Amino acid sequence: MTVATEDLVDSASIAAASTKRKSLWLLALRNPNVIIGGSILLIMLAIAALAPFLGTVDPTRIDPASRNKKPGTEITMRLDDGQAVKRVALMGTDSLGRDVYSRVIYGTRVSLAVGAAVAIIAIAIGVVIGLVSGYIRWLDGIIMRIMDGLMAIPGILLAIAMVSIWRAGLITVIFAIVVPDVPRVVRLVRSIVLTVREEPYVEGAISVGTPTWVLMFRHILPNTVAPLIVQGTFLAASAILVEAALSFLGIGIPPEIPSWGNIMAEGRTLFRVFPHNIFYPGIFLAFTVLAINIMGDGLRDTLDPKMSKKV
Amino acid sequence: MLDFIARRLVAIIPVLTVVAVLVFLMLRLTPGDPAAVIAGDNATSDQINDIREKLGLNEPIWTQFAIWIGNILQGNFGESFFFKKTVAELIAQRIEPTLALAMCTLIFAVCVSVPLGVLAAYRQGSVLDRIVMAFCVMGFSVPGFVIGYCLIYVFAIELGWLPVQGYIRIGVNFWQFLERMVLPSLTLSVGFIALISRITRASVLEVLNEDYIRTARAKGLSSRVVLMRHALRNAAVPILTVIGLGVAILIGGAVVTESVFGLPGLGRLTVEAVLSRDFPTIQTVILMFSVVYVVVNLLIDISYTVFDPRIRY
Repeated sequence: MTVATEDLVDSASIAAASTKRKSLWLLALRNPNVIIGGSILLIMLAIAALAPFLGTVDPTRIDPASRNKKPGTEITMRLDDGQAVKRVALMGTDSLGRDVYSRVIYGTRVSLAVGAAVAIIAIAIGVVIGLVSGYIRWLDGIIMRIMDGLMAIPGILLAIAMVSIWRAGLITVIFAIVVPDVPRVVRLVRSIVLTVREEPYVEGAISVGTPTWVLMFRHILPNTVAPLIVQGTFLAASAILVEAALSFLGIGIPPEIPSWGNIMAEGRTLFRVFPHNIFYPGIFLAFTVLAINIMGDGLRDTLDPKMSKKV
Repeated sequence: MLDFIARRLVAIIPVLTVVAVLVFLMLRLTPGDPAAVIAGDNATSDQINDIREKLGLNEPIWTQFAIWIGNILQGNFGESFFFKKTVAELIAQRIEPTLALAMCTLIFAVCVSVPLGVLAAYRQGSVLDRIVMAFCVMGFSVPGFVIGYCLIYVFAIELGWLPVQGYIRIGVNFWQFLERMVLPSLTLSVGFIALISRITRASVLEVLNEDYIRTARAKGLSSRVVLMRHALRNAAVPILTVIGLGVAILIGGAVVTESVFGLPGLGRLTVEAVLSRDFPTIQTVILMFSVVYVVVNLLIDISYTVFDPRIRY
């Protein structure tokens, strides 16, 4: 979805968002989409934070005695001290006997962390490059050509290429997803800078001798906050999807880390007999991304009104 | 017009150059000896030296780039040591399923999403509109492989109407080919349909408020004529743009969908190449997909004039 929207960002809308910033934030919190999406997201955050207390066991614990159990089966677990405990495997077990429920619950942590990390890092890098590109004319051409080139490579392919160079790992995957996202942030920030720098108040600031860095951070940067938050939610949503896709393909996060994509990758071979390994993480994944997207739509409607009319 | 096409063709050269440089640097920035990386884990030192010679790895990096790009422009994409074939052969062998999947998806998605979007805009606020909009948000949120497995579960395993996985070449048996294309194309279409119908709805809505639409209605034209001839045609430019941008989704989605349905296409090849660290193949596939993406968008840019004669170049 980011492919479709970022090209339509119109920087004129930013002025509207910045004038009444405070009241807009309050308005955003009253938007039904923000409330619904935000609540689901908060529940997911709570699940991620409270994962050890939600009746889970160690998600990496292999139990050869209870492999491939259907959801709801009662299994007997042997604890480290030799005691046997009976436990119902809510979502069944996978082919190594790991508890799918625990893995899905712990997987929430991985997905939310990846989504947040990608959005924050992509925006941080994109803001710096975008500010430089929009403000320093002679660098603009070079930077934007590089960004055009990066955007010409379909995002997931670029991520796959990055992973293939650096070998899989959580940090690698995060950066592999960040790189294709950076040009989208750069374009957005640059377009805002280009509009805002012509505004009378910026000219006024320049004429009283404001240093460039103060100008950038005090006068120009605040204009980018609202559109970047909207962009950030969509980046986070797509990052969670891309991470799951990479892990699902077996080229993402190392398989021992319980992420939704990894659970599904593991469930592929026995899908015909035990579809639960794919369905449960799939439902969590879809719900989380849906919540973030709904929230993003709501935020865009209130914070970036001109754009919402277009899409 | 010819002048415009020529100018646009020239304009894609810097973009493709940057892509080529990025893809080239990709391998050179790998830790370790690129020749050893290309040769793979089981290569002999003779093979590694041979590659080093061919790529001119002892030359300065500019010369290396010149050699590499020269080879590619001559259609020499290198050799895959993992598959024991030239990359060109490998791609020729794997291109059919991907092309077939992309075509089926594109045709199906456009045929479904444009009417859906137009109807949703025409009946703005109705139940249909709400359903279409809800579907759009869902389509963006549910990952392709989950949709794929749901479809397999329902239509192939539970109902047994369609085969689960696999591919039959179009020349071998057309019906079996088509049977095996249904679920993959449906899977890949969902995101694409969401994207196009959302844009169609938005751009038709904008056009429907124009004066000439009221005039057309006042003339007594039927709603169908007004919608199709007046509204849709004027809304065509943003729809085409988004179809072009959506090709990126199509390519990315193909990688995942081919893996779910076991189609031996380029997407599957990419994943196999990454898993075996087969760099010549990865580089070529990425370069090729990027060229396709850029060229498709160029063609779409040019086609604007057909749909909107006001656009003159």
